Amino acid sequence: MGKLERIAAQQDRAAGRGPSRRSFLLTAAGSAFLFGFARQGKAAQVYPQDAPAALQEASAFEPTIWCSIAPDGWVNVNIIRAEMGQHIGTALARIIADEMEADWNKVRITYVDTDPKWGLMITGGSWSVWMTWDQFRQAGAAARTVMVEQGAKLLGVAPSACIARNGQVIAGSRSIGYGDIVSRAHPTKTYTPEEMAKLPLKPASEHRLIGKDVKALDIPSKTNGTAIYGIDAKLDGMVYARPKLPPTRYGSKVVSVDDSEAKKVKGYIRYIVLEDPSDTVPGWVAVLASSYPAAIRATDALKVVWTPGKTANITEQDILDYGRKQIANKAGGSRVFNDPGVDETFAKAAKVVEQTYTCSSVLHYQLEPMNALARQHEGKWEVHCGNQWQTLFLPVIAKALQVPESEVVMRSYLLGGGFGRRLNGDYAVPAALISEAIGGKPVKLIFTRSDDVLFDSIRSPSVQTVRAALGQDGAITAWQHHASAGWPTRVMASAFMEKGEDGKPYDQFAIAGADHWYDVGPMLVRALDNDLASDTFRPGWLRSVSSGWTPWAHESFLDEIAYARKLDPVDYRLSLLDSKGRNAGSAPNSVGGASRQANVLRHLVEKCGYGKVSLPADTAIGIATTFGQERNMPTWTAGAVQVHVDRKTGVVTCQKIWLVLDAGTIIDPDGAAAQTEGGALWGLSMALFEGTEIVDGNVRDRNLNTYTPLRIADVPEMDVEFLPSTEKPMGLGEPGVTTIAPAVGNAIFNAVGVRLRHLPIRPADVLKGLKEKGNA
Amino acid sequence: MVKFKLNGRDVSVDVPDDTPLLWALRDDLDLTGTKFGCGVGQCGACTVLVGGRATRSCITPLSSLEGADVTTIEGLDPNGKHAVQEAWKDIQVPQCGYCQSGQIMQAVSLLKDYPDPTDEEIDGVMGGSLCRCMTYVRIRKAIKKAAAALRKEEPSNG
Repeated sequence: MGKLERIAAQQDRAAGRGPSRRSFLLTAAGSAFLFGFARQGKAAQVYPQDAPAALQEASAFEPTIWCSIAPDGWVNVNIIRAEMGQHIGTALARIIADEMEADWNKVRITYVDTDPKWGLMITGGSWSVWMTWDQFRQAGAAARTVMVEQGAKLLGVAPSACIARNGQVIAGSRSIGYGDIVSRAHPTKTYTPEEMAKLPLKPASEHRLIGKDVKALDIPSKTNGTAIYGIDAKLDGMVYARPKLPPTRYGSKVVSVDDSEAKKVKGYIRYIVLEDPSDTVPGWVAVLASSYPAAIRATDALKVVWTPGKTANITEQDILDYGRKQIANKAGGSRVFNDPGVDETFAKAAKVVEQTYTCSSVLHYQLEPMNALARQHEGKWEVHCGNQWQTLFLPVIAKALQVPESEVVMRSYLLGGGFGRRLNGDYAVPAALISEAIGGKPVKLIFTRSDDVLFDSIRSPSVQTVRAALGQDGAITAWQHHASAGWPTRVMASAFMEKGEDGKPYDQFAIAGADHWYDVGPMLVRALDNDLASDTFRPGWLRSVSSGWTPWAHESFLDEIAYARKLDPVDYRLSLLDSKGRNAGSAPNSVGGASRQANVLRHLVEKCGYGKVSLPADTAIGIATTFGQERNMPTWTAGAVQVHVDRKTGVVTCQKIWLVLDAGTIIDPDGAAAQTEGGALWGLSMALFEGTEIVDGNVRDRNLNTYTPLRIADVPEMDVEFLPSTEKPMGLGEPGVTTIAPAVGNAIFNAVGVRLRHLPIRPADVLKGLKEKGNA
Repeated sequence: MVKFKLNGRDVSVDVPDDTPLLWALRDDLDLTGTKFGCGVGQCGACTVLVGGRATRSCITPLSSLEGADVTTIEGLDPNGKHAVQEAWKDIQVPQCGYCQSGQIMQAVSLLKDYPDPTDEEIDGVMGGSLCRCMTYVRIRKAIKKAAAALRKEEPSNG
């Protein structure tokens, strides 16, 4: 949190904003603006949909910018996070409502548009609950304190004689509702952030909503067609646009455009060669038409000649080879861990073992293709779209339009899938530029699926080498983990990068996970920026970021070492999770440290019967454990996967997944389970079903005819459990992904003795491994 | 000009005959519950019912619909309380929700053919509907719940 706050402050300074934006609004005014903007069709940004319209906003009590209480007793909670399937609005509102002692049946959530007063608007990293937990409990406590004070006055008793429950202040047999308190007492009490931080918060034993089952407020709209996503936004007089994408992501230059064939398409309006001062969409041509089908056809018919950028012939193999060279070179990169004694311990090791692990490119393939609607309206540029990191792209849009950031607003919509793709708001920039080119008129830019895939910011292919120094007894005495991949954060948000122990910046989202909690002696963890990758495509943050692939290396490697030493891989891990030194953990995020990781692992093993159950031939369980996403926000995770390997075809079938997690306090148990189920199946999909390759400077697969994510028939039995905890809540959007691939790899080894070191695992790789093993 | 029945009402659309039904629904008839996903009939997000059968609207030209009976998610039930929708809410199936209109329409179609579907039948029919949030475990569960509710509602006549 501290770090995020610092980054927000940095961005404020960069944008020329003062620190005052982060202080709390202290009066009753200020929230009615939320409902004033044009959004034709059904406004989907307020849930539940049958909550009363915001007619009483002007007379509502708004102790902080985060919530208000109206005279009719309805509580409004402002949500600055993107709703992309995690039901985040419901979870965050539960936190504030619990602390406020609100009546949940009168709680409404509002997904807000951009405004400097909200501070950092980002939805990613599994951070939302974790970074909002303290703030929303304090905001709830502020509202409750005022309600009790004012309610007591109206009841003619001392505040100490009152309790707050279910939207009422109660003194013995008498009570008064929050709405009545607002309408009769007109409270205006205000709190500074410092005062709010001092308010007493409820102990976990007094939680009445947190940890209890709830129906997510956004779900009904998603069963009847009334949910409004970015692609559904509509404005009077809008025209449609489709991109004509250049042959390379960067460096392509338009030589000539011929629209003689496009003109034959009914509805074709014109093409525009985009001039982009932000350099987000170099070499782009946009095609405008009166309908989207016409835009699709006219774009196909438009002939553009480009001079391609220098990466037009780059292949996946080139990028992986480049990464291998980076790793082989002892210089370069950033040292995330650089413990004293690493080199010396390796130099005097009885034996050094190492393995290299690789992962293919992965597409986001979020189901709602990229789109944005832009126009200039009443002196402001509006961009309507679903987005995960408005604070990052608002300035980029402003730069593209050459206007101050204060003249740009992003309207919020539901996201038809985020998975990190919409952290990168590059798709919003061309919509704004097209609108600018037609005098600020509304234009709806929609990518076809193949456009979306070609413009995806994919999960970069990666190369990792893990190396262990072993003592005479075979025990690990020192450890190295080198990882090379394209760095999304360097490309898009360099101010956000962390600094290594050597002072060099690095992309934490391209190495997190390697900084593990095992005691393996002094460690060197080195992150390498594969700039051939980031020259070729724009690397993206994809669900779990590096924690979705670094465990593929070290959790496979640990099993390999355990096997070589004839040790049980679970016992071996437990012996390394000793909670010593930096692995002891610290408050508030990692209380208990590695002992909590050991705990989820032990619990998992009991649950899945690993090492005890007898399974049919070529069938086995594999285990892996992680700390979820980030060392500073550990969601302790243990995963087991049971696979069957068909020796004839090489097909690996996942039969069952078990997951045990300790994520601290769980806010919404069903939502937590849903996120973890989805994450685990993403993990399985990336292990066995999906993956692409760079061919001729872009991805080979363009749609579902060749790109084959997991489908319903591939879904195994699943058992997900959260260990009870009253510690600070960590994140759950991504940790479900992290253990699955190495657990699958370990299970395949346990089933048929074949060790695979490349993701995704294809039947051909299994067959090759079986053949080699037969010949060995 | 193509005329057909949409959610029980007669409509006519004056757009080129080769316009896919998906875009006519979304942009000309203002029914945005039907979604654009892959554009090639392989993700199922655009699924509607034509003559009661699940149909991929992104690859269905308007010209093929003259006189047809089309039902979209908006017209499935006047109150949005079809047994499948109720099961979807009860099991809390949707995450991002973008594919769910299509999933629900496909499930309605499935339950007409298989009032008491097995896992294999569900997998077979629902295999064309991609859920990128991977809500599959719950889709399966909700289909079974809806099937039970529908069997109670309409006793089998066979």
